[in-house]
Amino acid sequence: MSVHITSPAFKENAKKALADAPLQSALSKVGPGFIGRRTAAAGLLPEFDALRDSARDIKNHTLAHLDLYLERYETKVRAAGGHVHFAVDAAEARDIVTDICRRLGAKTVTKGKSMVSEEIGLNDHLAACGIEPVETDLGEYLIQIRGEAPSHIIAPAIHLNKDQVEADFRRVHAHLPPERNLSEPTALLAEARGELRQRFLQADVGITGANFLVAETGTSIIVTNEGNGDLTQTLPKAHIVLASLEKLVPTLEDVSQLLRVLARSATGQEMSVYTTFSTGPRRPEDVDGPGEYHVVILDNGRSGMLAGQLREMLRCIRCGACMNHCPVYHAVGGHAYGWVYPGPMGAVLTPSIIGIEKGANLPNASTFCGRCEEVCPVRIPLPKLMRHWREKEFERHLTPAPQRFGLGVWSFFARRGWLYRPATRLAMWGLSRLGWRAGRFSTLPLAGGWTRHRDFPAPEGDTFQAQWHARKAKRGQE
Amino acid sequence: MSSRDIVFASVRRALGVTGAEAPRRQEVDGRIAGHPRGVIPQRAQLPPAERLDLFKRMVLAAAGTLDHLQDAAVVPEAVAAYLRARNLPPALLRGADPRLADLPWHLQPTLDVWIGASDGRQLVGLSHAFAGIAESGTVVMLSGPDNPSTLNLLPDYHLVVVQAADVAGDYETVWDRVRAAYGPGEMPRTVNWITGPSRSADIEQTLLLGAHGPRSLHVLLVGEPG
Repeated sequence: MSVHITSPAFKENAKKALADAPLQSALSKVGPGFIGRRTAAAGLLPEFDALRDSARDIKNHTLAHLDLYLERYETKVRAAGGHVHFAVDAAEARDIVTDICRRLGAKTVTKGKSMVSEEIGLNDHLAACGIEPVETDLGEYLIQIRGEAPSHIIAPAIHLNKDQVEADFRRVHAHLPPERNLSEPTALLAEARGELRQRFLQADVGITGANFLVAETGTSIIVTNEGNGDLTQTLPKAHIVLASLEKLVPTLEDVSQLLRVLARSATGQEMSVYTTFSTGPRRPEDVDGPGEYHVVILDNGRSGMLAGQLREMLRCIRCGACMNHCPVYHAVGGHAYGWVYPGPMGAVLTPSIIGIEKGANLPNASTFCGRCEEVCPVRIPLPKLMRHWREKEFERHLTPAPQRFGLGVWSFFARRGWLYRPATRLAMWGLSRLGWRAGRFSTLPLAGGWTRHRDFPAPEGDTFQAQWHARKAKRGQE
Repeated sequence: MSSRDIVFASVRRALGVTGAEAPRRQEVDGRIAGHPRGVIPQRAQLPPAERLDLFKRMVLAAAGTLDHLQDAAVVPEAVAAYLRARNLPPALLRGADPRLADLPWHLQPTLDVWIGASDGRQLVGLSHAFAGIAESGTVVMLSGPDNPSTLNLLPDYHLVVVQAADVAGDYETVWDRVRAAYGPGEMPRTVNWITGPSRSADIEQTLLLGAHGPRSLHVLLVGEPG
């Protein structure tokens, strides 16, 4: 894994993020923007929930037959004149890409936005091999010139403010007149368009991800709003597609079902601007298009996920709705998660790829409010899968000692009702007596993590169970 | 063992299969041969006149513009008027599509019409769509010498002729037409679905038009539904 992992330091990352004023200003716009747009788009399509069921079923069917669909896909790509390469891990995927680039004598490669590229740390590797990678998605371009990782899977620069972008453009585009006006976002966009246009035309190789691969036809699909990925794959000598193996779907009809939920869940659009279906390289009669077409299919731990509960995570179509609706993501942003995939989907996927030893903090970064599962277009039970990781963490003794001790004490009582009920009654009675005057506690032993930021309300007297029994007994008398 | 073998072995181990099970193969072959349609939205199943109205509305909703022309013969005139209204030089690039070549360009003697792929220097590109899709206001472009893909992406202004008779309600109908034209399981090198002009919201989630692709998408809708 070449991307620096800071997931083990999630707590410190989160603390820093909460104190970062520009970041908090940028994050304050995430929830209101994305949530409202998704709700509106879903509301405009009465069949939206039925399509989500359909999307879930298509993915389940494909995963259950993944070996056969992979075979079929591979055969079709080869028949169209393309090449399929399988990579067991990140290092192998990087080598496949650099070998193709070297063979073609590539000096620069343009890139469409690809999370798999981030996962395998491709840019650093290309640069180390003397090949210049140029990110062309505006958000990816911004984080590339800042030397940062994406903080969101569909809006990589969502942690940035306009003023930061202006400062970066003045620093990096030093050949442009310093007195130019960049106060408006339109001026920033126009400048990026101008700067990148030449790069598109000069690039030797274009690298994109894939939103989907279609077994029926051997087609790779990318979805963009800018048209950057589409230019990336059309203009250079070769197009390399990076895709993880769960991107496969059986047919064009199946992918149409998934496309109906993708943009609506992601940005609240009815359809993204460019949906590009690519099948093989330039054909004899063509007057444009790439001369070579390669697909790198990455496993990197995913095949193992097919065996158990985590198979459900492989339905993910990377729309970002889970993080757009996540209160923890809204508070700390994507970088705090410490690797490539943030938010609830990252909390489930990251430990599968980098290991639970390094990723254990992420499934704990959830209140289990369930909004992620509620909006997931392929109905992944994200809270259940985070709980799966929490159990694994506990089983493998990765949980901190005080927490283990606390859980041990609680489970001792919880499994002995005759002890649990009187003990909790006594504790609640005690707390209510201690706090009867103020109705709340500003400090409480063992609850400093809570009371440092807000008061702890004093219990009213009896436990829920005791009140329930009393009520039932009363009703029995009536 | 090659990496390919390792990946397949690992997938099959996790699924608990060998890959030789006949029922699984039949299931997969059947799905690809039958390519069943899933849920088709009601709005994608309207009668022809309403379908065309929805297409027009959805093109505009995606920030595209649209002229509805009664006859293809007036396309050159409409193109010239479009360029004039925007103070654009009277020149465009198109592919070799006979449906475009056969138009009466000689009636617009001041309009320069070039043929070929774009190298990024042309302001205006003209293409002929394979189909339109009403449910999302999408135009479907197929690659090839008739309508090179670069025309869809490089010019600032992309003008697209869509025959009203080619406007389908849903995506699935268009896939069946692609199969009819290219054969089952076969595709043109590139199919571009285009829904409005290029845009980005990567700076503070403010939606701005004209990112890397065309800043304007103009649909020239021709005729009435068949």
